[in-house]
Formats: sequence, C-alpha cells, structure tokens
Amino acid sequence: MDSIIEAFSKAFTLIINFNAELLGIIFLSLKVSGTALVVATIIGLPLSALISFKKFPLKGLFISVLNTFMGLPPVVVGLFVYLLLSRSGPLGFMGLLYTPSAMVIAQTILALPIIASLSNSAIVSVEPIVKQASMTLGATTLQVSLTIIREARYGIMSGVIAAFGRVMAEVGAILIVGGNIAGYTRVMTTTIALETDKGNFELALALGIILLAISLFINSALHLIQKKGMAQTNR
Amino acid sequence: MSLKLAVSNIWKSYAGNNVLQDCSFLFDIYGTYVIMGPNGCGKSTFLRICALLEEPDAGEINYFSNNNALKKDVELRRKITLVLPKVGIFNATVFNNTAYGLKIRGVKHIKIEEKVNSALDFVGLIHKRHHNALTLSSGEAQRMGIARAMVINPEILFLDEPTASVDQKNIEIIEDMILKIKKQGAPTVIMATHDTGQAQRLADILLEIKEKKISLL
Repeated sequence: MDSIIEAFSKAFTLIINFNAELLGIIFLSLKVSGTALVVATIIGLPLSALISFKKFPLKGLFISVLNTFMGLPPVVVGLFVYLLLSRSGPLGFMGLLYTPSAMVIAQTILALPIIASLSNSAIVSVEPIVKQASMTLGATTLQVSLTIIREARYGIMSGVIAAFGRVMAEVGAILIVGGNIAGYTRVMTTTIALETDKGNFELALALGIILLAISLFINSALHLIQKKGMAQTNR
Repeated sequence: MSLKLAVSNIWKSYAGNNVLQDCSFLFDIYGTYVIMGPNGCGKSTFLRICALLEEPDAGEINYFSNNNALKKDVELRRKITLVLPKVGIFNATVFNNTAYGLKIRGVKHIKIEEKVNSALDFVGLIHKRHHNALTLSSGEAQRMGIARAMVINPEILFLDEPTASVDQKNIEIIEDMILKIKKQGAPTVIMATHDTGQAQRLADILLEIKEKKISLL
C-alpha cells in the first residue's frame, strides 16, 4: 500500500516538474494518434458515404467485415504492418519500420473501421424526409449527399471520439512497428508497459494519469460540442 | 403562367395497392389549385409525382415552357418545389434552413441575407432566425417550410396538407400567407387538403381525388 502511495506522490512530482523527456513522449503520442485519426477520417468518411449511398454487390458482407474490423486485435495489426514494412516485405524499400510513420499507419488501420462503420450507421439513420426536403429545394445528387452527411455530423463525431479512444489507449501495434525507441518512437502507452516491466512504477503511473487526463479533456470537449448540437433540438 | 404542368394518365400503386388510376390534368393557368379528398386518397402521392419526387408506374408528367416540353433535370426541379407535410427540417438555424435553396444555387451571401430575412418576415419568424429550427412548433415549422420554398422563387409551389398538424392560430396565419401569395400572382400554388372549408376559402380551382382519379369539382 505504501509503495502505491509513494508511486502516486512521485508521479505528481514528475507531472508538476514536467521534464523534457516526459513532454517529448506526450507530444509524440498526441502527434501519432492525432495524425492517424485525421488520416482515418479523411479516408473513412468518404468510404462511409460510398457505402451508405451506393448499391454494390456484397454490400451487406462488406459492412459485416467492417464491423468485425472494429474489434481488430492491435497486435495482429502490428504484425501485419510489420510484415508489410519489414525489409523483406512488399513496402520494405520505404524504410518505414521503427519510425513514427509506421505507428501512424498501424493506428490508422485500427481507427479506420471504427470511423467508417459508425459514420455509415449515422448516415443511414438520417431520416429520409431530410433527403426529400433537400431534393424538393433543388439540390443536385452530390448536394443531397452532402446535406445528409451534414445532418449525420454528431453521429460521425461519435465515431471519431470512439476511434480516438482506441488509438490513444493502444499499445500492441505501435510497440511492434515502432519498436519503443527512446526519444524517437516511445509514446505514453509503450513507456507505461516498459517502465512497469522495469519496476519503475512512478513514471508509469505519472504517464497513466496524464494519459487519462488528456483522454478525459479531449473526450469532454468533443462531448460538449455534441451535446450542444443535440440540446438545441427536439430529437 | 410560363410553366405548365401536364399530368397524363398516371398510375401508381404501392405493394400491389392502386393509389392512383389513370389520372390526367392540365395545370396551365395562374392561381391556386386545391386538391381535396379524405386522408389516404392519394393526394400526397399525386403531389409527389408532380413535384418529381417519385415516378409514376405508368403515364407521364410533363412540364412545358412556351409549349416546349422541358427535360426533367435539376434545372426544371429548381423551378418547382414541394413543402412536405412534416417539412423535413435540417439540424441548423431557422435562417440556415431557409437559406438552403439559395446556398445550393450559389447565390451571393448579401443577396441570401436580404431574401431570407424578407421571407422570414413574410411568415412571421424573423425573431426566431437564430433559433435551431428543430425547436420550432409544428405550425412554425410549416411556416418556415413555406419561407424556405418561397425564397427560391419557384414558378409552382406544391403544398401537401400545410395545416394538417397545426393549431387554429397557425392555420389562420398559413391560410393568410397562401392568400397573400395568390394576391401577388405568383407562384402558382397546387395544394392538397382534406379540409373542405379551407379548400373553399383558398381555391381558384377546386379539384378532387375520388376513387383514385382526379377531377374538377
């Protein structure tokens, strides 16, 4: 019990003093996960629109596969990206293994199905009358689609929040493809795993607290925007 | 009336049930057409087909301008509009809802501001322009629907039961608005109602859908 209390007090000292190494780790975590989230949204949102608006063969199966991929085990994704980027792999010539870029790729793969699938659900649950109203007002097919996506924006945001939670907390994939190199690919979750192994609980705990605090802050901000959007309505 | 609408022998059925059978009518003069009939008689279907939201199973809808048949493209769809019974409100402010038709037409910002404000003034909702439109009462929503339709200067305005789920005060306001539109001389209004009194108060030309067919009263 004493050691836990001691770990907590040391953790707070570390947080208050905010040393450079700690800051670097936090910054890299946010950069990798943030970039992955942006890339996944840029690919995932048009993909979800395509799934929602277009009819194509085996669409049901495609959506089921996408839903399944929402629960992709991070270590499996890590392994897959590792094989892809390793020197003998198809993309080995790019020399991306053990770089932050490899971590972004792995996290993008983890975030993409969540954003695409939840956005698809949000888009298809927009009431048909919105589409009809937009048509009666003279919208082109593209304008109708954009209007529906706009109506689904809060649902889409839920998908992005969920994906953010997943990539920020993830450790397996980035550990495999990033290699947890100090000062280069070491992020909060991989540091926590490493420091716990080393018995260096205070740093692990300090990072754990910071990770939770950052997640709480970002989720609260997104939730507030979402709540504001919903509160104005009768829905 | 520069835009004429010819409905020729249209048929429509849903899940094997005939709703419209061999309906024909020519809408070719300015004024307010009111289509009467009990709920479920096919008025909405008729309006939706006329407004190009749905295709008939058989028969044809044709719009003419100076006796030339027009292609059923976006350009034509932008000359007509239908206010749905439940309006179809976007999750945005009353102003942005009303501005929608102008925005998608690429109208300049200043012009949008001017037209939307004047339309909202016309329907008595200018004080609610910054409110989210989903907070409006059904009567106000219907009025906003009419403002949203009016800003795009349609040549034909279809109204599907504009007072069906609206309180007495709003019924009076909406009827008054339709009478004002009639006085202005444009657009031509083609509306459906099950309210006989309302039909008589508003109509220049009274129509009825009875036994799946449309006819003059």
